[in-house]
This record gives sequence, structure tokens and C-alpha cells, in this order.
Amino acid sequence: MAVKKNMSPKKNPMPVQDPEVRAHNFDEVALGYDEQTALDEAARCLNCKNPSCVTGCPVRVHIPEFIARTAEGDFEGAYQVIHQSSSLPAVCGRVCPQETQCESKCVRGIKGEPVGIGRLERFVADWHNTFASGTPVTPAPNGHRVAVVGSGPSGLTCAGDLAKAGYAVTVFEALHVAGGVLMYGIPEFRLPKRIVQKEVDTLKAMGVEIRTNVVIGRTVTVDELFEDGYEAVFIGSGAGLPNFMGIPGESLNGVYSANEFLTRSNLMKAYRDGSATPIMHAKHVAVVGGGNVAMDAARTARRLGAEKVYIVYRRSMDELPARREEVEHAMEEEIEFRLLTNPTEILGYHNPEDKRDPKNGFVTGIRCVRMELGEPDARGRRRPVTIPGSEFDLDVDCVVMSIGTSPNPLIKTTTEGLLVNDHGGIIVNEDGLTSREAVYAGGDAVTGAATVILAMGAGKTAAAAIDNFLKNK
Amino acid sequence: MYRIVHKRALNPTVVMMDIEAPLVARKAQAGQFIILRVDEDGERIPLTVAGVNADEGTVKIIFQLVGATTDALGRKSEGDSIQDFVGPLGRPTETEGLHKVCVVGGGVGCAIALPVAQKLHDLGCEVHTVIGFRSKDLLILEDEFRACSDRLTIMTDDGSYGRQGVITVPLKEAIEAGEAYDEVIAIGPLIMMKFVAATTKPYGIKTVVSMNPIMIDGTGMCGGCRLTVGGKTRFACVDGPEFDGHEVDFDGAMTRGGMYRDFERHAREAGCNLLKQEAN
Repeated sequence: MAVKKNMSPKKNPMPVQDPEVRAHNFDEVALGYDEQTALDEAARCLNCKNPSCVTGCPVRVHIPEFIARTAEGDFEGAYQVIHQSSSLPAVCGRVCPQETQCESKCVRGIKGEPVGIGRLERFVADWHNTFASGTPVTPAPNGHRVAVVGSGPSGLTCAGDLAKAGYAVTVFEALHVAGGVLMYGIPEFRLPKRIVQKEVDTLKAMGVEIRTNVVIGRTVTVDELFEDGYEAVFIGSGAGLPNFMGIPGESLNGVYSANEFLTRSNLMKAYRDGSATPIMHAKHVAVVGGGNVAMDAARTARRLGAEKVYIVYRRSMDELPARREEVEHAMEEEIEFRLLTNPTEILGYHNPEDKRDPKNGFVTGIRCVRMELGEPDARGRRRPVTIPGSEFDLDVDCVVMSIGTSPNPLIKTTTEGLLVNDHGGIIVNEDGLTSREAVYAGGDAVTGAATVILAMGAGKTAAAAIDNFLKNK
Repeated sequence: MYRIVHKRALNPTVVMMDIEAPLVARKAQAGQFIILRVDEDGERIPLTVAGVNADEGTVKIIFQLVGATTDALGRKSEGDSIQDFVGPLGRPTETEGLHKVCVVGGGVGCAIALPVAQKLHDLGCEVHTVIGFRSKDLLILEDEFRACSDRLTIMTDDGSYGRQGVITVPLKEAIEAGEAYDEVIAIGPLIMMKFVAATTKPYGIKTVVSMNPIMIDGTGMCGGCRLTVGGKTRFACVDGPEFDGHEVDFDGAMTRGGMYRDFERHAREAGCNLLKQEAN
């Protein structure tokens, strides 16, 4: 069926909740395309012979093919195309930085805006999750067992690909629910938790077993997994230990790591009235950092009732690592960006007259200095330099540190022969193979804090390598 | 779900339970902790392991009814199940090279001190134990401590049982009398551990304390359990929960412990009101 091409230079805009309304609720911000808009946007794809968009995708989704099916109105067919390459389409459509990946390579982007690939992926995945029924087809079991450590993006992807190849896969999760950072880190308003659980349910329907409340390295070690009959292990245990700046005042009450702040809100539902888990409902909040996690923390603080929320970031807008859409959404929600600004101390309340004063030990402000960009560093990024004498204080009652994480030491310290680099990241080769035979790793446990899709790419690479290894054993 | 195999009240506010969790029971050692959730929407709370029965696959926990979550746990009966139970977390108590140790327990902290004393006793160590309570009706685990201690001293604040006074008094007396302890292990309220550390410091006796800060995941992800030890930020869940008592910033830990004081009070009052409704 021939579809008339849509030559509009502009993407169909994504309908969103009004900023003033959404700043006070945790419902999803982006509302998704309807069928008509999806058909219209899909008709913008030129279906290039040599599609460069695919090379921009870490899991190599057959993008022109799924968009062509979408343009024909075959939404389920489009979903099946994506699902061949990605185990988490509804997630990727929402959280991937498409502007630096697939969409950055789209030829339509040369003279206008690229095709809204991410928005179409989301539409197709949501259509499938709403209308499609029946269990996914899986091949006959091949008799091999593989253990996956961690149920975040890399682990779920690895498990999904192995299940599709006939492996019996068990995923071990330390928390009480599967999904990893998709559950504890990314907020409801950006990635509804029912969507994550739907993707997890799809994996379960494909025969993947998920065991929560098992901490690999403590409850069971990697070596014990082999003793239990698993023939290969994939470690996707995530980033772990939050970084702090090492400035005075970081142990004051009201200072959170972004991981703690977001875990309380997302995983433990502290944003809901009547939640058993407490969270601070601060009036003025400073979030230190400029990544997606910082944006998530700032926008969560706003929704918890903060009147003023600052992003404190030591470089300028050009270097801000967060996904473009998140920065725009944050600005629409009146998050204040204090760029070229670096904290030097967190200030706290201290009443020398009364040791029992309940305000003692709580945050009252954050002292910062202004920065300017100096010479480029080894990676070519201009290094921020302190401007002497530029100190100033922001009045805040809560500070969220969102300056990255270091890999979790639990597995490293309990797995003999597993080598890690200077930063604690597990060392792997191009196939994801670690220094231990049959032990593979990927995601933040290898790279330190990165994106969902890069972790998924690593899970996919490792799944192919594990398949190759076990087939030829 | 994890079944409550056995339940017993040790005193009016302290409850002991054996929870069926075979994987945890296979590994758990003295000094480690678990995290549990009572029900689907419950909070995650850490509790230190009070004992293990590897044959039955059960883990013993002992807890004080101090808040909404422990109240809810305390209302569960034998045969009921709890939602989540994960562990063992943290590092086990280090016992290597110890020949003579004084174990000091305060209040419900005695529940955690007991497996430490038992382990040392089983390893052939000479164990002196000092346990303290506000009054006689709060005393727990006396027989168990007697069975694993070469010398047991019981202190009460009001003198209703044992000797009257605080636990640092007999500790100091023993040190002054020439008892050469390789180590003192103190487990109890922060203020008690702070004073034990202050008592032993002039004598240069290594003193280990067990910290129980606010925590969520327990695996090193959230950083909520951080404390200052020797001027450095450490995470109780992966670096501890036991630390050198002479290095711990107890005042900072006490302040952090009060982070959610108001919330906890309200949550508990809400719970109690529900109880009242139930009674009507």
C-alpha cells in the first residue's frame, strides 16, 4: 500500500499536560500521539535505502520498517518489528535521548526536524499494550540455564533476548519489585510504573523467571549460581553508591542523594498521601547536578510542593547533559537554572543555647561560588574555574546531590577473579565478557552512570555473546 | 511471602519472631541485618539478625514496638506471612584473633548483642557481658546471655533488678580491675554506645559499635544510611553496620536519626487511632 509522504519540515508536536497543572501532580507529562497524528508523522519517513537512523540506535531497531508498518496502519506489525530488537519498547519511546541517537541521523533533520521516531515508538508500544492480546511466541527450550543479576534495563534486555533464543532465564533482583532504575529512579510523571510492569509481565509470559529479594553477593554468590546449574551469568547490577561532593554540611538533615530522594518517591510512593515511607516536603530545594537524574529530582521536588527549585550546575547550558525535552519541561515548570555555579558548603541550623531545639541539624541554605569556563580539558570540555570572591548563599531547606554514582562493590568483593577498573566498574571486552569465564556484565555496573538505552545495548550484546558461547560449548 | 513460624513476646514492648527465609538463613551471621516489609504498601525497615536456625531455614528477629511499621509487624500472628524479607545485608561481626571480649548490650540492642556473644563463646573466647535496661519488666534474654557468658552483669536504671546504674560503671570497674579485653563490643541506643566508646578510649581498648541508621535499600544504592566515621562518609549498609566506636560521629548520627521524627509520630498516632476504631 502506497502512503503519501508528508513533507512538512516540522514534527507533529507531542501533546502534554499544561505546565501549571502538571507541576502539582505525578501523572505522565507527555500524553502520546493519537492514531491520526501517528499516521501523519509516520508518513514523514522517507524509508531510506541505507537508513542511518538504525546506526544511531544502540539496540539497532529496524526503524524504517516499523515506521512503514505504522504508516500503513499496521500498528501490531510495527510493534513486532520493534520487539525483535528491543525488549522494552514502551520504555525506550519515553526515556531514550533520541535527539542524540536515531533522530540525530535522520535525513529529514537536515532541512527541518527529524521524524519523531521516539514518539512513534511510544505510540506503537502503547497501542500494543492496550489492544494486543495473546502471549508472545517463544521457541522450544534449548535446555540451557542463564542467571541474570539485576532487573534494570540491561538485565531485562539480556533476559528477553536469551528467552527469545530458548534459554531458561532467571533474573535475580535485590529490591522487592523488578525494574531497577525504571522503578526506583525514573519518576512516574516521565515513565508510569504500570508501563514498566507491563514490560516485565511480557518477559514473564516469555518464560523469564524473576526472583525478587535476592541480593547477589550476599544472599547468593556468583559462584553459587554456577553450582546451582546456571551455565552463564550476566551482571547488570547498576551503578549503586551515590557520590557526594565532600563539602561541609553534607550530613545535615535535608541533604539527600538523588537516589534516596527518588527511591523514596518512586519506589516507596512517598509522594502519595498516607504512604508509610516519609519524604521531606521542602519549600526551597537546590538540586546539584545537570543530568537527567537532576531534572527528575528537581521536578519531583516541585510536585511535592516546593515553591522554589534550583538546578545548581557548574558548567553552562551547552554542557548540560540532560535530555533536551527534560530541560525544556523543567523550565516550563519554573525550575530555576543556576548555571556556572558550584556549591562550596551546605549551611545548617545550630542553636548553641538549646541542644534540644528540633531545628538543630537541618539545612538552612547552600553557599555557592560563580564559575567561568576556562581551557578545554583532556576530553575537550571547557573546564569550569572558580571566580574568586563570588560567593553567595541560596536559602533552601533541602539539597539533593545528583552528581553521579560509583559502581556497587558487593559483587566485586564476593566474586574471586572478577576484575574492576580504577572507578570500580567491571572490566569487560567488546562482547561484555568479564575476566571470569562465562560471566558477562553490562550497564552502569560497567560504565558508571549512563543511559537506559546504553545499558540495554550492553545487555543485548552480552545476550548474543552468551548464546554464541553456550552453543559452541 | 515469608511465614512467621514462631512468635513470642519478650516483654510488653519487645517481640521475637522466627521468619521462614531459607536462603537468608543459609548465610546470615552475627552482626548482619535484614530488611523487611510487612505488607504491600509498607516501608522497608532494617532489623539486625538475632539468630538463625539453618536446619529449619528460619531467621530470628527481635524488635521493639516503636513506630507504625513495628506496630503492624507486632500485630501479625504465628502462621501469618510478611511481604518481603531480604538479606543477609552488611558485614558479619569480625571475631578473628579475639580471646577475651566484653559484650555490652542496652535495651532491645541486647537482641543483637546475643548472637555476637554466642558466636564468641562458641569460638572459645572468654566473654564478659554487661546488659542494661530501664527496669526489671523490660529485661530480656537473661537465660540466653547467662548460657554464653563467663561473667554476666545486669544493670537497671531504677535498681529493680541486678545493680542500679548505667552499664559504663561495671565496664570501667572491670577495666580498672585489670581485665585485659581484646575488644569491647557495644550494641544499644546511640547515647549508650557513645558513652561506652568514651569509657574505653582512655584505655586504648578497641571498641566496636553497631549502627542502625535510617535506610531504604540496604545494598549501597540510596546513601541514606551514611554516617561520618573518622572524618569520612561511610555507608552503614555496605561498610558496616559495625564500626570503630572511637571514630564514629555519634552526635551527627543522633541528629540524622531525628530526620523524620514528626512524620513517625504522626504515622504512629494514625495507627493507634485505627486500633481504637478496631476495638469499638
